[in-house]
Amino acid sequence: MVFQNLNFQINDGDFISLIGPNGSGKTTLVKMIMGLEKKSSGDLIVDHKQTIGYVPQFRNIDIDYPLNIEQFVRLNLKFTLSPKKRQSDNQLIKRILEKTGLTALKDRPLGLASGGEKQKAYLAQALLNDPKVLILDESTASLDVEVKMQLMDLVAELNQNEKLTVIFITHDYELTKKYTHRALFFRDHELQEVDVKDVSEDMFEMGG
Amino acid sequence: MFEYEFMREAFIASTFIAITAGLVGVFVVSRNMSFLSHTLSEIGFAGASFGILVGISPLAGMIIFTLISSVAVGSLSSESSRREASISAISSLFIGLGILFLSLSSESSSYATNILFGSIVGISSKEVNQLMILALFVIFVFIIFYKPLSFDSFDHIGARAAGLKTRLLSVAFLVTLALSVSIGAQIVGSLLVFVLLTLPGATAKYLVHSVPKLIMVSVGLSLAGVWLGLYLAFVTNWPVTFFISAFEVIAYFLGLSYKNWKLNH
Ligand SMILES: Nc1ncnc2c1ncn2[C@@H]1O[C@H](COP(=O)(O)OP(=O)(O)OP(=O)(O)O)[C@@H](O)[C@H]1O
Ligand SMILES: [Mg+2]
Repeated sequence: MVFQNLNFQINDGDFISLIGPNGSGKTTLVKMIMGLEKKSSGDLIVDHKQTIGYVPQFRNIDIDYPLNIEQFVRLNLKFTLSPKKRQSDNQLIKRILEKTGLTALKDRPLGLASGGEKQKAYLAQALLNDPKVLILDESTASLDVEVKMQLMDLVAELNQNEKLTVIFITHDYELTKKYTHRALFFRDHELQEVDVKDVSEDMFEMGG
Repeated sequence: MFEYEFMREAFIASTFIAITAGLVGVFVVSRNMSFLSHTLSEIGFAGASFGILVGISPLAGMIIFTLISSVAVGSLSSESSRREASISAISSLFIGLGILFLSLSSESSSYATNILFGSIVGISSKEVNQLMILALFVIFVFIIFYKPLSFDSFDHIGARAAGLKTRLLSVAFLVTLALSVSIGAQIVGSLLVFVLLTLPGATAKYLVHSVPKLIMVSVGLSLAGVWLGLYLAFVTNWPVTFFISAFEVIAYFLGLSYKNWKLNH
């Protein structure tokens, strides 16, 4: 039993953070939203199932991974034979690489990319099909401050200008304060909504 | 050597076998299924013996057994380590069954050695046609699923996150694996067909780093192995399987040394 008393709603255009100690169920919840983890009871209603971009917490990209960054991002394109669609796909790829600051790195093998470059590539792939919702599971962990901010600025901009709903799992106090508008706090298998201005540093310090 | 009908047949058959095995092998390696392909060869042996016992062809028996068991394995979603233990338990049962079926059937023991160890003389032109059709089917499936299968095989978590139907892909892949085991065993033998299904793909991984190149190198090594093996078997009258496995093992260790050498330079 991971959750009890779970009752919340995420609305269009939200920028919401899921916070709470290790093992409190944040990843499990988003997996349930994605339909990748079964739930034993309760209702979960997901409106935009087809248009969620999801960047999972862990991913086995090893050093031998056989695609470069551009090819990797392309994996999320639907197969097509139409030359017209291909052309617009190429435009799409070009734009997304630019947006995520990967244009100069597009030929680098993903397996050899740095942690930050990899996260950008994951983000680019997830954003490719213009999702309505973006789920980031600790995408900023282990990044330096500058790259962290670059990534979050981009996401915030999409949230502002394109009404992208963002669900952001993090252990980062500053980022929660700076970027998110709502916070869901996981603790002892319960989940409570806290106002972002009431989010305190000790919420990130307690052990699981 | 091509003045002999049986050598021409064997050559055509092994060419198709090598192409499918090399192709499928790249994904066997990336999906960590070397162990499963080994087990499938053993299950295939039981299937071939079963085919002989009940009077259908060994190839048909193999296909039935490997298809059913690969799909059964694919639909188990248990954790992979637990899966390995139960797979090896199952595989010993199937070797036993294979031996039982053979001893119950009235076929001569040379038939049994052909199934187990492979042979270049046993293949008829009708069987060559069957092999070709099956091989073309495997290649066709790969063309259709190339992109999602690459996505899933090298980054399973990402493929699931992107909403790919990974269960379907897994079943499609296992079907091609079962067919490759069955057709490969006709020349290489069920005991060592997994050599062709794992070593060229593993060697390719040491040498190149893009999916098309992996496929090219793997298919190339697999073709070189069976062609050289056929030639040497023809000249020396030694078993073809010996030469094929010797070639692939040597290529594997050369590839490994190359990779280590490159790491140190
Ligand atoms: N497939 C599974 N089967 C059983 N238990 C699981 C499974 N996946 C996760 N758990 C357990 O569920 C709990 C919640 O895990 P989850 O990964 O959701 O935590 P989290 O909040 O994302 O933690 P972290 O901040 O460390 O990423 C943990 O106790 C974990 O061990
Ligand atoms: Mg987590």
